[in-house]
Order: sequence, then C-alpha cells, then structure tokens
Amino acid sequence: MRNRWNIKVEVLGILLAILWLLPFYLMFVNSFKSKKEIFLDTTSPPEAWSFDNYITAFQELDFLRTLFNSLLITVISVILIILFSAMAAYALSRAKSKMSTFLFFLFVSAMLIPFQSVMIPLVTVFGQFDMLNRGGLIFMYIGFGASLSIFLYHGALNNVPKSLDEAAKIDGANRWQVFWHIIFPILKPITVTVAILNIIWIWNDYLLPSLVINTTGSETIPLKMFFFFGEYTKQWHLALAGLTLAIIPVIIFYFFAQRSIIKGVSDGAVK
Amino acid sequence: MRTRDLSYWLFLAPVLLALGLVVVVPMVLGLFYSFTAWNGIQTGEFVGFQNYINLFTDERFLDSLWFTTKFSVVSVILINFIGLSLALIVTSKIKTSSLLRTTFFMPNLIGGLILGFIWQFIFLKVFASVGEAVGMESLQAWLSTTETGFWGLVILMSWQMAGYIMVIYIAYLEGLPNELIEAAEIDGASTIQRFRYIIFPLVAPAFTVSMFLTLSNTFKLYDQNLSLTAGGPYNSTEMVAMEIFKTAFVQNAFAYAQAKAIIFFLIVAVIALVQVYINKRREVEM
Repeated sequence: MRNRWNIKVEVLGILLAILWLLPFYLMFVNSFKSKKEIFLDTTSPPEAWSFDNYITAFQELDFLRTLFNSLLITVISVILIILFSAMAAYALSRAKSKMSTFLFFLFVSAMLIPFQSVMIPLVTVFGQFDMLNRGGLIFMYIGFGASLSIFLYHGALNNVPKSLDEAAKIDGANRWQVFWHIIFPILKPITVTVAILNIIWIWNDYLLPSLVINTTGSETIPLKMFFFFGEYTKQWHLALAGLTLAIIPVIIFYFFAQRSIIKGVSDGAVK
Repeated sequence: MRTRDLSYWLFLAPVLLALGLVVVVPMVLGLFYSFTAWNGIQTGEFVGFQNYINLFTDERFLDSLWFTTKFSVVSVILINFIGLSLALIVTSKIKTSSLLRTTFFMPNLIGGLILGFIWQFIFLKVFASVGEAVGMESLQAWLSTTETGFWGLVILMSWQMAGYIMVIYIAYLEGLPNELIEAAEIDGASTIQRFRYIIFPLVAPAFTVSMFLTLSNTFKLYDQNLSLTAGGPYNSTEMVAMEIFKTAFVQNAFAYAQAKAIIFFLIVAVIALVQVYINKRREVEM
C-alpha cells in the first residue's frame, strides 16, 4: 500500500519535472534549426545539428566581452556588498544603543522601497554627476543590496558571543583585527547565503543596468540580450541560439553549487 | 564598541554613504518632486497635490493597477498551490527527490527577461504549430489578445516561481516532528487526515511567508512583463512598474511619473507591513 502510493507520487513528480524542462528543451532543439525548419516543425529535434546559428549569435552578442562585463560587475559588487554589510552589521550588533536601533530600522525599512519609487530621481541625480557608468552601477548595487545583507549578517552576529571579541581584545588585537581575523571567518555560512542571493539578483538584473549603462561595449548579458532580441525578433533560430548561450553560464554555476544555492535562497526567504 | 567611537562610524561609513545616496536622497527628492512640475532638469513650480489628483482620472494608470491586481491575485493562488504540491511530492519517500528539487527550482536562477523571451517563442510558435497539428483553434494567436497575454504571464510566473515557493515549504515541512506524523499514522489517520489536521496547521507560518513573497514579487513585476508581452496589445497587459517607466522615460512626464511611483511605494509598503503585523501577532500567540 505504502509502496504503491510512493510509486504513484514518484511517477507524478517525474512527469511534472519533464513538463518543467519542456521550455528549455524547445529552446534548445529549435536553436539548431534553420528559419525554414522552425516554420515547419517546432517540436522535434533538428534534422541536422548545425552550429551556424550559434556562430552568428556568438558574434552578434559579442559574447565573450558581454560575459566578461557581467562577471566583472557581479563579482566586484558582491564582494563589496559582503565586506561593507558585514562590517556595518558588526558595528550595529556590538554597540547596543538607540543610534544602532535607529540605523538598523533605517536599513530594514529601505527594503520596503520598490526600485521604481527611487528610479527617476536616482538616474537624474547620478546623471548630473556623470556617474551613469559601471562604477556608478556598482555603487548603486551596494546601496540596494546592503539592506538585506545587513539584516542577514545582523541575525547571525547575535549568535556570536561577545566574549569572543573580548578575549581577542585582551590579547592585544584592535577592533579591525578582531573583526577580520575572528568574527568574519565565523560568519562564513551566512556569507555564502549573502553571496548567492546577491549573485542571482545582480547577474539577472536588467532594469538598473539599462538605465545606467549607455556605452556600447560595456553591456551585461541581460542588456545585450534585450537589444539582440529586438533586432532578431522575426528570426527565432538566431534569437533562440542567443538565449541558450545566455543561459549556459547560469547552468554551469547551478551544476556546481546547487546545494548551497537552494539552501541560501531558502535561508534568505525564511529569515 | 560604542556609538561615540570613531571605529563604529568607520565600520558603518561605506553602507551609510551608499544607502544614503542611492535610496534615501532619491526617495526624499522624489517625494518633493511629486508635488512640483519637475521635468528632469528644472524643478518647476510647486503644484501641490495636482499630480496626485490627475492620477484618479488617468485611465491608463488605473487600468494597469487593476491588471496588476488581477494578475497578482491569480498568480499568488496558483504559485502557492503548485509550490506546495511540488514540496509535498519531493518530501515524500521517493528516490528522485533531489533531482526533482533541482529541476523545479531551476527557472529561478535565470533572469525574468530571458525566461520571458523563451516563453514568447513557446506561445507564439510552438502553441501555433501544435494547435495546427491537433486542430485546436484556442492555441492560435497567443499574446495577441488581453486574455491570452494575461494567462501567458500567469503561466510564465507560475512556472518560474513555484520552485522558489517549493523551497520555502520544504524548509517548513522538513522541520516537522516526524514522531507526530508517525503517531497519527499508527492511530489510523489517513493521508488526507494527516495533511488536514497535522501538516497543514504546522506549516501555516509558511503560508504567510510565501503569500507575501509571491504577492510583492508579482506586484512589482517588470522584466517578464517587458519581454513576454511588452504591455501589448494596446497597453492592455501593462503592469504598474512598466506604466511608471513609460510615463517617465517615454512621455518624459517626470513629476507625474514620480507621483505614481510614490503611490506604488505606499501600496507595496502596506502589503509588507500587513505581513509584519500578522507575523508578530502569530509569535505572540505561540
């Protein structure tokens, strides 16, 4: 009885998983077809696995450079968010005062503000100071990413006993050393969560870069994909090859870090 | 460390600077500009509540608000239903559990813009060719009407977010005391009874978290809206986030768009505060 029930559940699960993967399958098989072949048949595998579409898409997307831009912006932003948020959360959790409570409240309430509500003044102000470039974009990511990251670090730091700080201080370490050599390494699990949440968000972000980056050659993957798609919207064979290319880095990342990713996302949402 | 120490402020300085310039200053400026005739360059004259008053007769804005609300309600229900079902499947004693989790969660890692483009292909081309093959009229010309655009967006978001919500439900389901469920089983409770009387009440906090996460995510949707329907046909599937964007950067009505953005903020903030309130009340009860 028990067994039969489990087998039914398993079959249902597998069928659903196939359904979930179907969009990716359709994207993949059609990305190898010619324009004419897509017109005739969208569901079966291609007659011949030709890489012509990929060669065109690779060149048109300027793929290596676009990939590099995405990596550069994501990596620098995430590292800075981690360092600065951990430092801030440490100060807030160690100095218990009205000021700390107020600042923590300020950071948390900033999470309530949707991007569209600050978007217009943000772009005009940064435009006036000539900061609509990659440096400005990274700075904005720190501002938008700090709240959630501080919130997560603050929660973790409340479980790190203060006696640890004091012991290190007696041994002659200053604040800076205590933090980097003793506290920050202990925070590693939450650092992984903070890193993953910010990587997913920044890597996939479209709207902010579309407003900030306006020089050819410095576009990120979503940004370039938008232009590319606009140009090839009637040519699905090329568009689908481009979309597949854009997804490959994410699949590789997921393949190697799936456990931490699912755990990180779950922790970030539940806390 | 004390508040008056220099080190306290040095530790906080980078984030205070970034948050201040990126969120606080634009928010305060935005609130101020929404009461003026600001055009992006000059502040213009002070117009009081005129921008806000105009909102009430702006059909395009009201339509987008109504469309967003309908979309959010339908999506929240579907995403949570599917997400919980997936969570129950992968937490049963099955061999492929971790493989299934990985699969269901995958769409969440890919940007909404790219997912929208993939689904555009499916709705426009695959639906049409399958419809032709099996002779179903209803699969033709998807995304060309308001209704198919609406359901297209709902399908895309349910497919994408169900795996995310599944992960949240899993976290709560795996925290359930096993003895309790086994005890009920020994006492002869059926699968449905176990779910209704034991699992369901204990997983209730997960509903609050998931409901509000889906609600705020669907209400603020932009990328998927842009890449799947781009608001068409005739702006009838345009959601609030996109409407604000177009008012600002297509029509160049900066002050007016900012007033819409402030209303948008108030709605999102109310949704979030209701969640905080419900959570607090539950904690007290427990």
